[in-house]
Amino acid sequence: MGILSSPWPWWVAGPLIGLTVPALLLLGNKAFGVSSSLRHVCAMLPTRLDYFRYDWRRVGGWNLAFSAGIVLGGVVAGVLLANPEPLQVAASTRLALAELGVSVDGGFAPDAWFSLAALASPRTWLLLIVGGFLIGFGARYAGGCTSGHAITGLANLQLPSLLAVLGFFAGGLLATHLLLPWFLGGGGA
Amino acid sequence: MRNAASMAVHPDDCRENPVMEEAAVTSWAAWLRYLLAGTVFGFIAIRSEIIAWYRIQEMFRFDAFHMYGVIGSAVLVAFVSLRVMRAAGATALDGSRIDYPVKEPGVSRYLLGGTAFGLGWGLVGACPGPILALIGAGMPAFLVVLLGALLGTLTYGALRRFLPHA
Repeated sequence: MGILSSPWPWWVAGPLIGLTVPALLLLGNKAFGVSSSLRHVCAMLPTRLDYFRYDWRRVGGWNLAFSAGIVLGGVVAGVLLANPEPLQVAASTRLALAELGVSVDGGFAPDAWFSLAALASPRTWLLLIVGGFLIGFGARYAGGCTSGHAITGLANLQLPSLLAVLGFFAGGLLATHLLLPWFLGGGGA
Repeated sequence: MRNAASMAVHPDDCRENPVMEEAAVTSWAAWLRYLLAGTVFGFIAIRSEIIAWYRIQEMFRFDAFHMYGVIGSAVLVAFVSLRVMRAAGATALDGSRIDYPVKEPGVSRYLLGGTAFGLGWGLVGACPGPILALIGAGMPAFLVVLLGALLGTLTYGALRRFLPHA
């Protein structure tokens, strides 16, 4: 298949993602960061919370347009130009996951939790809602996510972003090596 | 209509609460630019598979270089770009001065918030950009993750004055 539908190596994708930072600054003085859009969506809701009382159209309009674009990019790359080959996973990860009872099905994420059929199980909902909650809560508490801190913040040598990235990594290691095995062993049932 | 400028701006928000500093996006051309920039980003995110739960597992198990390579080279390219823009005195398309993104000083909010975020990232294997790209790629489970993320955002807004930020 052509370069538009086969996976890109890190040395192509990484630099292109890095260029998003200067691109958004040059386009309209905007700081690359995706999770702020979650706040702008909450600002549309009629809450009485100060944190959400601002003009989301004026402040967040660009970010919401950018976010809608990401969904659109997902449609183009993931549906219209979908890679027909199954996802390749490192042998050691495949083995470690097999021990936890997680299979590699060729898709982006295990069918056991991320397929439509999996949504019939309340435990799937628990995993997805709790995982999402931590992402939304953590991103606002830390004032940014992977794009805002790990890419934009680090590139502008922001010490707070380095701290946030250390947290991202510590949390990821905890989730991978403690929380996930616990959950898969029946924890939280 | 509410007057945005008179609304509360929290001192620890900085760019986080850009109420005071963001210029409104008014023209259709401008909206289209951001939509297109997002589309390109979403496309790259899918094609590089950084949105795959398994890639995140490989990263946190130190089994593959891919994610480190993507993030590392993205930071390097962004860093060099910002250096060049500063040196050249670059301005935005509309001629305005560029505000290089600065984060408010602090320690606890970044470590605690960052760890909470990392826990979620490790569990569902996707951060906010990838969640959106995966919804587009036709994985409805990530709509549930997005719902969870919005609930988390709302909860932070409700609890933030009780949380340590310094």
